[in-house]
Amino acid sequence: MLTINVNGTDRSVDVDPETPLLWVLRDTIGLTGTKYGCGMALCGACTVHLDGQPIRSCSTPVGSVGKARVTTIEGLSPDRSHPVQKAWIELDVPQCGYCQSGQIMSASALLAATPKPSDADIDAAMSGNICRCGTYQRIRAAIHRAAELAGDKP
Amino acid sequence: MSATCDLHAIPPGAFSRRDVLKAGAAGAGLVLTIGLAGCQKPGRARGERKLITANAWLRIGTDDSITFLCDRSEMGQGVYTALPTLLAEELGVDPRRIAIEFAPVGDAYKNGAIGAQVTGGSTSVRDAWTKLRTAGAQAREMLLAAAAKEWDTTAGTCRVENGEIVSPYGKRLSFGAVAEAAAALPVPKEVALKAPKDFQWIGKPLNRFDTPAKVDGSAIYGIDVKLPGMLYAALAQPPMLGGKAKSVDDAAAKGMPGVRHVVHTSSGVAVVADSWWQAREARDALKIEWDGNGTAGLNDGAILRGLMQASRNAGLVARKEGDAEAALKAAARVVRAEYQLPLLAHATLEPQVCTADLRADACDLYIPTQSQAAAQAAAAAAAGLEAKQVNVHTTFLGGGFGRRLEVDVIAAAVEASKATGKPVKLLWTREDDTTHDAYRPPAFDTATAGFDREGKLIAWRLHLTGPSITARVFPGAVPTGSVDPFCVEAAANYPYDVPNVLVDWVPHEVGLNVGYWRSVSHALNCFVAESFMDELAISAGADPAAFRRALLAKQPRYLEVLDVALRRAGYDTPAEGRFRGVAVMEGYGTYMAQVAEISLVGGKVKVWKIVCAIDCGQTVNPGIVTAQVESAIVFGLSAALWGEINVQGGRVQQTNFHDYRVVRLTDMPVIETLHVESDNPPGGVGEPATALVAPAVCNAIYAATKRRLRSLPIARHQLA
Repeated sequence: MLTINVNGTDRSVDVDPETPLLWVLRDTIGLTGTKYGCGMALCGACTVHLDGQPIRSCSTPVGSVGKARVTTIEGLSPDRSHPVQKAWIELDVPQCGYCQSGQIMSASALLAATPKPSDADIDAAMSGNICRCGTYQRIRAAIHRAAELAGDKP
Repeated sequence: MSATCDLHAIPPGAFSRRDVLKAGAAGAGLVLTIGLAGCQKPGRARGERKLITANAWLRIGTDDSITFLCDRSEMGQGVYTALPTLLAEELGVDPRRIAIEFAPVGDAYKNGAIGAQVTGGSTSVRDAWTKLRTAGAQAREMLLAAAAKEWDTTAGTCRVENGEIVSPYGKRLSFGAVAEAAAALPVPKEVALKAPKDFQWIGKPLNRFDTPAKVDGSAIYGIDVKLPGMLYAALAQPPMLGGKAKSVDDAAAKGMPGVRHVVHTSSGVAVVADSWWQAREARDALKIEWDGNGTAGLNDGAILRGLMQASRNAGLVARKEGDAEAALKAAARVVRAEYQLPLLAHATLEPQVCTADLRADACDLYIPTQSQAAAQAAAAAAAGLEAKQVNVHTTFLGGGFGRRLEVDVIAAAVEASKATGKPVKLLWTREDDTTHDAYRPPAFDTATAGFDREGKLIAWRLHLTGPSITARVFPGAVPTGSVDPFCVEAAANYPYDVPNVLVDWVPHEVGLNVGYWRSVSHALNCFVAESFMDELAISAGADPAAFRRALLAKQPRYLEVLDVALRRAGYDTPAEGRFRGVAVMEGYGTYMAQVAEISLVGGKVKVWKIVCAIDCGQTVNPGIVTAQVESAIVFGLSAALWGEINVQGGRVQQTNFHDYRVVRLTDMPVIETLHVESDNPPGGVGEPATALVAPAVCNAIYAATKRRLRSLPIARHQLA
């Protein structure tokens, strides 16, 4: 039995510690918002936060998580109220939407570290996330918009 | 997936009245099924909500809920928003109030543009444009008539207002209050549709309805399906395309944690376990000896040689005007070039996946598919059931691009469910997906043109060679000796004013499954035709844009998009070190021009900007049109820059995104989409923009380097 903290709740899971965190989140805990795309940390669809840092859960053994806090798309906000989610809705970023959980987790980690990112900051933080629908132009605009929304907060 | 109406709970005969008719005015083969679909479970108390089936797409609840059954698959292209908007416009309700479910398999849901229940060919809005507005208008008229009867007045004196009927004296009845009475009325054969100037929702900015579920992880894709007692499967497929397992040693796999079954399926060996990761780990522990089944000799060189050899044959004529052969013989100057295109994978970000729940007399299939009836048939065949015993539940699609018109993932899932007696979710790995696609066909094409002594272009001959997708996917649809129309797109409709035109096609199978890939043969043929037009302009000493403009004088829709794109791009005034390339095309009833702006640094192409002007007729949702243009351009740019599937010894060489490279945010050009106002009927927008990218970028590369790229991808060429 392993215990990991996911979205603020301790979860005990009976899995091989070598199991990638992605599959524990999806199949064992039932949080399917985090997606499988490549299994090799190439596409970013599986991005979650580990103590606020974006990581690729497809290539992170669950046994290596330890006491770090895991945040998934389901835990980003209870009501789509995170500035990144609000900006994503305002600009209608998603198309098929499959990559968007990962995009949003990468973008929210970027903004937490860099509240007013430049285009170069965005390139660096987001280049690990593939979108086959090509929503990149709106992703860039929505990150800038989310920075504004976050800045507007009292 | 959570059905508001449990279809299994409807007792036989619940449809108390069934009224089927052909809609006269619509002419699109519209079939309306009207009746009282008592959806309440037996024994449920009166007064609870009832759902009334107004027609194939519309259910109205006595609680005023309105549900749209979306009969096209949502794969990012926006049908989940555009289609209910069409119906709501005429029904008289804010489309944002409508709940949406994906439709089951049904005759009413056939795509009139294709003749099957298929989402593809950029047809969804074109097919629905009149059909769904008519369905909305018919339901509206029936609701009006029912309310008028209640008020003892005439329907003509009443009006609809956002889900309510309003009497001449201001009394109001909700749709839900009169839906049951309305359903008992005859369906009006002729209904008047709104004039475009009266549209409240169509053509206006409106946010997508699927966005909220796609920003909080709650949208259900095929990979997210979970059923009680469900097991997970990973599949070992033959590494050689078309191969078979000769012998299987599953002793190690069976001993691994969580493994329940090893199932020999018709498409490989499936390991079924308590979790997918356990299944995948055990799959990799299978020791399988494969039989290549004669495909060991299949490789890139052999495929290309086969195409070149076949190209020597006469083709089937797709377009003939004047006498191109004679004109070429008489021409003062002839230009000839050979072009070739590689195989491509679709690389949907959600790999192929299917969940099957097979019981003795029924099967439920949960699948992100573009082709519900074909999925049903494939499951029925694998299950040994009749098609009507298979219920297809369509999820959101994690990308489609034509890949999910294939039904190759289904049989193994059904067979695994059959062998285990449990629901089974079968998921391919990324590597499975890349190496077992139905690939975009390769091509070898020759283009020949002739000028007369005055320098006038007098002959255009395009000789195409490649395999037919349609002949495989729809057996019998391409009779021997006839042209597959999906092989001569953006070629047979050559728009330039040239007196002698010949376009023909040599069918040649290449020994592996080829599939529909976003924009299908447009992407092949537009590259050849629009690159060669550039060659002709250069050979005539003309500016490529001016050369095209002169030959498009009789084509106002082409000319307008070209001019709009040239103006916006500042074509005549490029910045230092930047170079422009142009392409134009009509496809799916949409006219388009693109201007690509590039530079070259150390032999590497940097695409800075792509300006795209589009005339797609009337639009339902302009924001989605822009998104689709951008999407199609990014898809085309990945293919143009890097896209290539190689085959050696019958095995596909690429496996994942490290060796099948696609555009990332850092690679993005600025894309500007310019809508040309038009009152023409809607054109398709999901695909056409893909096809213009490669020729526009390669024409810009010529402007920069004087090197003509006649094959793709661009990365294959040394430009330093």
